[in-house]
Amino acid sequence: MSQVRKAAVLVSGGLDSMLAVRVLQEQGVHVEGINFYTGFCVEGHTHAIRKKDQKKDKRNNALWVAEQLGIKLHIVDIVEEYKNVLINPKHGYGANMNPCLDCKIFMVKKAVEWMEKKGFDFIATGEVVGQRPMSQRKDTMPVVSNESGANDLLLRPLCAKNLPPTLPEREGWVDRETLYDFSGRTRKPQMALAKEFGFEDYATPAGGCCFLTDESYSVKLVDLWKARGSRDYEMDDIMLLKVGRHLRPRENFKMIISREEGENNFLQGYKNRYITMRVSDHPGPLVLIDGVANEEELALAGRILARFGKGKRAEEVTVEITPPGEEGYEIQVAPMPPSQIEQNWYI
Amino acid sequence: MAEYSIDTQGLLCPMPVIRAQDKVEELQPGDRLEVLSSDPGAMNDIPAWCRINGHTVLEKVQQGREVRILIEVGEG
Repeated sequence: MSQVRKAAVLVSGGLDSMLAVRVLQEQGVHVEGINFYTGFCVEGHTHAIRKKDQKKDKRNNALWVAEQLGIKLHIVDIVEEYKNVLINPKHGYGANMNPCLDCKIFMVKKAVEWMEKKGFDFIATGEVVGQRPMSQRKDTMPVVSNESGANDLLLRPLCAKNLPPTLPEREGWVDRETLYDFSGRTRKPQMALAKEFGFEDYATPAGGCCFLTDESYSVKLVDLWKARGSRDYEMDDIMLLKVGRHLRPRENFKMIISREEGENNFLQGYKNRYITMRVSDHPGPLVLIDGVANEEELALAGRILARFGKGKRAEEVTVEITPPGEEGYEIQVAPMPPSQIEQNWYI
Repeated sequence: MAEYSIDTQGLLCPMPVIRAQDKVEELQPGDRLEVLSSDPGAMNDIPAWCRINGHTVLEKVQQGREVRILIEVGEG
C-alpha cells in the first residue's frame, strides 16, 4: 500500500481553499488546515464589537470550513511578524495599504516552517491564476513559490494545469490529470465545482478578508502613521481603527467617537490608556482622545463630542473628562454648530 | 490529570482560540483547561475548534459578556 501523503493547506474560510482541500482529499491525501491571523482579518472582530452585529451568526469561517471538511485547523498568530510585511513590503502595496504579494509570500513561508516541523509533505493553496490583481497573476505566482522557499512543494490544485508540474505531481502523490485549470476573475468554475462536491453553504467575502484592502481603513492607518511620525503600530491601534468615527481637529490629537452602544462598551475597555470624554448631562457617545491635547483642545473636543449626542441643541452641556487612571472632572461647553465641524477633520 | 486556566479577557476572536490552542499543545490527554473570555464569539469558536481537533467541551457558560469554557484535552 502506498504511503499516505500529508498536505498543509492554507485555509482562509473562503470557497477556493475549501475546494482545494476537497480536491486533495478526493485523491486520498491527508489534509490539515493552517489559518493565519494578522490582526487585519475581517473575520472575527467587528461582529464582536457593534451591537447590531452581535445578533448575527458568529461563526468563524475557517473553523466552520475545517469542520465541514473533517480536517484539523491550526490558527497561527502572526500579528508581530506581520508588522514588517506591512511596513516594508518589498513588492509594494495594492490599491490601498494591502501588501498582498508580500503577505502571500510570508504566509506560505510560515506554512513551509510549519510543514517541516510537523513532518508534512507539501503545501497547497486555493489560488487561481488571474483571480487577484496582485498576488494571483501568472507572473507573480512563481514569485510566491520561490521567495517563500516552498518552490515546487507548493501546489495550487484549482489551477495546477496552467502551471508547471510541482513535485507532488511529478512524484505521483497527486494525479495532475484530476487537478483543474481555472483562471481569471470569474467565479463560475468554483461555483460549479462547489455544486459537484455538494457544498451548498460557503462564505463569499466581498472585497476579500483583510481590512487593508478597505480604502477608509487604509486612510486611517496612514493618518495614524503620519500623526505619530513612525510607521509602526500595536494591536490596540489596529483594533481601534475599526471602531467609531475618527476626527482629527488638530494635528496633535484625534477623537474616536463611538457610534452605538457596542462601540461604547468596547471603547470603555481603553479608559486606562486614553483620555475618555462623554457628555454627562445628556445621552451620547464616548470618545477616546488619541494623542496629546491641552485643556483648550480638550474643550474643543468636548464641543465636537456634544454635537454627536442628544444635547446637541442645548445651549451648554457638561462634559466629563477622565484622564487614564485618574478621577474625572467636568467642564461646560457649547455644542459646536455643524457648520463649524470641518469636513477635513473626518479621517 | 491536571487542571489549568487561561484568561483571554480583553481579546477578540480568534485570539482566545489561539491562546487556548497554544496552551492545549503543552498539555496531556485528560488534562483540563478553563478558558475565560470577554468575547461572546468564543462561545462558538472554541467549541468548534475543540470538535475539529478532538477535544471535549465539558462546560460552557456565558454571563453577560463573560464567557467560561472548560475543555478536556483529547488524544490530538
